[in-house]
Amino acid sequence: MTDERIAQFEARREELAKLSDEQLKNRFWDLTHQVVEPIIDLAKTHTSASIERAILLRMGVDSVSSHGVVDRILEAGLLGKGAGHVVLKLSQKSGKDIRGAAQAILDDKNVLQGLF
Amino acid sequence: MTNQPLDPNKKLDIEHILEGLENYHPPRKGWTWREVPTEGVNMGPFHFRNMSKPLKNSIGLPASKYFENIDPQPSCVVTTEIASGRFEDDLRRMRMAAWHGADHIMVIRTTGQSHIDGLLEGTPEGIGGVPITRKQIRASRKACDQIEEEVGRPINFHSYVSGVAGPEVAVLFAEEGINGAHQDPQYNVLYRNVNMYRSFVDAAEAKKVMAGARIFQIDGAHNANATAKAGWLVMPELMVQHGINCAFSVAVGMDKSLIGLSTVPPNSPPAPKLWYDLPYAVALRDFFSEFKMRAQQNTRYIEADIEEAVRTHTVDTLISMLTRADIQSTITPDEGRNVPWHYNNIRGVQTVKQTWAALDGIKELLSLNHDGPLGEMVRDLKERAVAFLEEVLESGGYFAAVEKGFFVDSAKYPERNGDGIARDGKGGVGAGTLVVREADYFAPVCDHFGHNHLPAGVQKACDAIDGCTLCKPEKIVFIDELDPEDSCNARLAKTLPYRKGNAIKPEAEWAGDGTVLIQLFVPQNEEIAPVYAMEMAKKMGLLDPEVINTMVLHPSEGCFVEVKGKVAFDIDKTTLKIPQKEVILPEQELRDAVKAAGIRVVAGTVGEDEHSVGMREILDIKHGGIEKYGVKYHYLGTSVPIGKLVDAAIETGAQAILISTIISHNDVHRAQMRKLAELCREKGIRDKIILIAGGTQVNREMAKETGLDATFGRGTKGIHVVNAMVKVLKARGVV
Repeated sequence: MTDERIAQFEARREELAKLSDEQLKNRFWDLTHQVVEPIIDLAKTHTSASIERAILLRMGVDSVSSHGVVDRILEAGLLGKGAGHVVLKLSQKSGKDIRGAAQAILDDKNVLQGLF
Repeated sequence: MTNQPLDPNKKLDIEHILEGLENYHPPRKGWTWREVPTEGVNMGPFHFRNMSKPLKNSIGLPASKYFENIDPQPSCVVTTEIASGRFEDDLRRMRMAAWHGADHIMVIRTTGQSHIDGLLEGTPEGIGGVPITRKQIRASRKACDQIEEEVGRPINFHSYVSGVAGPEVAVLFAEEGINGAHQDPQYNVLYRNVNMYRSFVDAAEAKKVMAGARIFQIDGAHNANATAKAGWLVMPELMVQHGINCAFSVAVGMDKSLIGLSTVPPNSPPAPKLWYDLPYAVALRDFFSEFKMRAQQNTRYIEADIEEAVRTHTVDTLISMLTRADIQSTITPDEGRNVPWHYNNIRGVQTVKQTWAALDGIKELLSLNHDGPLGEMVRDLKERAVAFLEEVLESGGYFAAVEKGFFVDSAKYPERNGDGIARDGKGGVGAGTLVVREADYFAPVCDHFGHNHLPAGVQKACDAIDGCTLCKPEKIVFIDELDPEDSCNARLAKTLPYRKGNAIKPEAEWAGDGTVLIQLFVPQNEEIAPVYAMEMAKKMGLLDPEVINTMVLHPSEGCFVEVKGKVAFDIDKTTLKIPQKEVILPEQELRDAVKAAGIRVVAGTVGEDEHSVGMREILDIKHGGIEKYGVKYHYLGTSVPIGKLVDAAIETGAQAILISTIISHNDVHRAQMRKLAELCREKGIRDKIILIAGGTQVNREMAKETGLDATFGRGTKGIHVVNAMVKVLKARGVV
């Protein structure tokens, strides 16, 4: 395996030796972009509890409450909607402000039922 | 929110900084570079080619007194790392570091914070770092806002956006005006065992938030050479790690000018450092020409010897200057001892400042020879890095490569030692916690990354909630303390006597910690010397003594030993007898008195001493000596017998005799001074003549015990001597 890898490296190197310094640099960045491209796609289409808590923080919900709120939303299977989305929707439905809606989720997770 | 300007003669008032924090918002956000005039900077007698604007208030290198007290400031931002576990004590250290030229202050987080699932609040005490919280950041930023006014240059405040709460930490930093942060998803994966998918998805959000607040980003690649057994061999991989974080950050939306590579010259003497570190530095700067270089200093090979670390860091700074550094980081040279001493932060900053001044404009004088082995080595590294990337892609991409242990292998690519850090994609902290965004996923806030379906009619995401905290800081919720027992207020109450009262204790990191370091030579071997040092420290009354360094000078002749311990007692400031500062009469008054009395002196260096420099500086007009004030002098030279001076004084009718004793053994200087007074008494001229002595071993208190009129030590100028003579003449009613 190791010998095979070294042989592969020598072959690659023979090709790379033909490139100018500028071409070698461009190759480095082309390859790097190829490496990160699928990861960017993954990031665009997924979220996590921390991302959602970071959204609630920006909505003016404190760090302690946002923890519980995201947990309730995750349990209710609604994190894919966006925790901020859920809180906003509840706020609109209940007439409470954002913090009030977040508190309502902490007080009673059943408020999430039938929201979507 | 107006800040009271700091008074350099008053200590930072920590309690005052903590007041009104709930309503404090940073006046400025984002990263700031130093102002570097393209035409260079003129300071004192010199022209500097590569320096930034000088500070309003600062303390120069010790030798600056010979150069009109100039304090040239490098063109790069200079970093110091401060984190003792008690941020309230770190604030004072930040102020000291800023006065010596640090404008990038990095706060290391408390152990384990990267595995805490969420934000910490309050101000608990940390271990090996500071618990990063809103209150801690806000107070620290507020202190920095005041300190930067005092020194006259913006301070960049910095911490870490990593771990499983990265996005939240990034929002906290953006809200509170943090200026720089480490963010590198690879770091989480490799060194913190955070699940790889989770780490990158979180990182995208964190980076987007950082970009919005113009927070400068530093990556974590340098950890590979602090971790790999042979740090100097992992260079191709390091370039790949830097590349992945840079490309990922740009793709998320970061400005290239706010992306920095954390790079360390990987080797250290006695290795032939330059043959490894220079080609690597050049290769990296070639490939990453559009990005910023944060040059870190080598910690991998730091031992307990402070001087060894300082010397390595000097060479590291040389490599920065021969290539490029936008930020020059400093490591406290005591890192190898794990004792974060206040003054070692200053020493780290001084190492950079001193090297930068010494080698100012080096690239105009020297250029690198790319035609020789340097060019070949640079090309070799680049080709290996590209080949590494090709293999990553052929193996199925980044995540597959991590699973196969591509990274932090201690061999030089493509060789493998099989000791790389392999991680399982299904494992690690936070594994399986990612959630797919649904078609109607919506986040009603600014600086959110990825798919975000704004409802019809909403132009800007946070319009839906009438503004997010990034647009309306008043919406930020400030939590003061969760545990009042473990808080800065509780700690500050205990240290009050040392900060605002009259109790004095020495300090390494925390007010009143009492820590001292004793350096000694023990004429015993390596086994005996440290044991002796411990015993000695105990007998001196030091608590918790610990030997932190033993250096063998010879296997049997002896060792240099450093032992630290704690002083058990306080001293009340009011019991100290502080010598009164000598009041210098106005220059014109001195000139008039000299003229009126027609002062003439005889002077010479006494004893078996051929030094004349010190005395000449006191005498000559060109050094601002006594001649400048109208005093006439008769200089008898070096190694002058006391009797000859006294005779010359009588012969010429001089009003004063000045003697200099520079080198002194066994109190020869004191004997000479006493002899002068006695001889003048014998000759019956003591009441009429003024007797003055000076020298490096002399101090002002010696006049009384030796029977002279005035005695002077280091740093004395002609005016001090004239002042002393005039005062004696006034007391005698002569003028």
